Amino acid sequence: MSKPLIGVVLGAILGAIDGLTAWFTPAARDQLGGIVIGSTLKGIIAGVAIGFFAKRFHSLPIGILFGLLVGALLAYLTALMQGGYYFEIILPGTMVGLIVGFATQKYGKTPATANS
Amino acid sequence: MKWLSDDKLNYLRTIVGNPDFSSTKYAFIKELARGGMGTVYLAEDRELNRLVAIKVLNTPEITEDLRNRMVREAQIIARLEHPGIVPVHDVGVLADGRVFYAMKFVRGSRLDEYATQNASVRDRLRKFQAVCDAVAFAHAHGVIHRDLKPQNIMIGSFGEVLVLDWGVAKILRNPVSSEADTLLLPVAETKNEKARLVVDTSHGTIIGTRDYMSPEQARGETNQLDERADVYSLGAVLYFLLTNRPPSEARPRSINPKVSKPAEAICLKAMSREIGSRYFGASELSTDIGRLLDAEPVSAYRESAIEKVSRWVSKNRFLVLLVLAYLLMRIFFVFTSRP
Repeated sequence: MSKPLIGVVLGAILGAIDGLTAWFTPAARDQLGGIVIGSTLKGIIAGVAIGFFAKRFHSLPIGILFGLLVGALLAYLTALMQGGYYFEIILPGTMVGLIVGFATQKYGKTPATANS
Repeated sequence: MKWLSDDKLNYLRTIVGNPDFSSTKYAFIKELARGGMGTVYLAEDRELNRLVAIKVLNTPEITEDLRNRMVREAQIIARLEHPGIVPVHDVGVLADGRVFYAMKFVRGSRLDEYATQNASVRDRLRKFQAVCDAVAFAHAHGVIHRDLKPQNIMIGSFGEVLVLDWGVAKILRNPVSSEADTLLLPVAETKNEKARLVVDTSHGTIIGTRDYMSPEQARGETNQLDERADVYSLGAVLYFLLTNRPPSEARPRSINPKVSKPAEAICLKAMSREIGSRYFGASELSTDIGRLLDAEPVSAYRESAIEKVSRWVSKNRFLVLLVLAYLLMRIFFVFTSRP
């Protein structure tokens, strides 16, 4: 599995889980579908960005740092749209970035370099 | 007349027994080890100014045929250029007609000594894999060792692994009779060659070390021996590394419960009494050891679903911890952020 694909799959799964937790908030249950789709998309975007970064740069600390930043940025934008719950949205979002950053550096095929 | 003291007599006895290197470029330093077939001496190469180990056959009478055969076979061993095989630098003849080999003088400890120095199982397996790779290289060149044991494996000062004592190796690809293919010149400095067994039987000659010898080798079926005889010995070496004891009927896990089931399965497969049930060669065994070290499934052991999951979790411990931390955080926020 390529690094961007790992990023997409992991980002989508964690994003979906993130969205599904809205079910525990009765006021948000009516919009659960939209929340899950939005959250999954957010995870996929983060996964693609982090995955392509991992394909280009092979460094675990830098990959994790990049994941943290991307996760935090996307979560911050989401919190801005929500108009609140900054801590509750940004912290898990950052964590998702960290996980995807770690996973894409650690796993997945690195493209072979051609000797020309 | 003045009588010589016992000390002086002993000294004279010793130097009289030492080989005469005066016709060679080597300067005798001391005896390193004496075995049933040959003696290893530490010497200095005066031209290159380096220490070498020189093995001289104990046999007093050497025929022209035997000498030629030993030189030819020395050339074959010298061709086994591998970081895990002790290199032969030179072959020559002493003033008394005895043929000698000069080889790298290896500093370090023997594998059995290394194992008693509290080396971790992982480190032991890494060293063992290096041994398998060296033996696999020899197998690929048509040579089987026939006397693999911890005492014939050296761990160098920098962690390098060297397989020694190819003296009873057999060249599989030579069409001449198997006994003629036996390399008669040991190139090792082992200290417990007393354990080596050389017995003539009606089937052939039993050569090797009892504890580490394959059943077919122990029966003297010299013509039947192939790479899988070495695989058995490698399994026995692995048994020793896992248990710190020479091989016995007891399963490794019954001696050391910390041995994992796949590690035990690899050991027992290599040591199978049925030749056909063993690994086909040292290379295949090395692959399984590599998979064991990488926490991947090994061919010798069929794991249950629970073991598969457990192995995956163990291999990806950090990722699993991260995901668990994330899920716990989500649960925490679910219950603390309710309006």
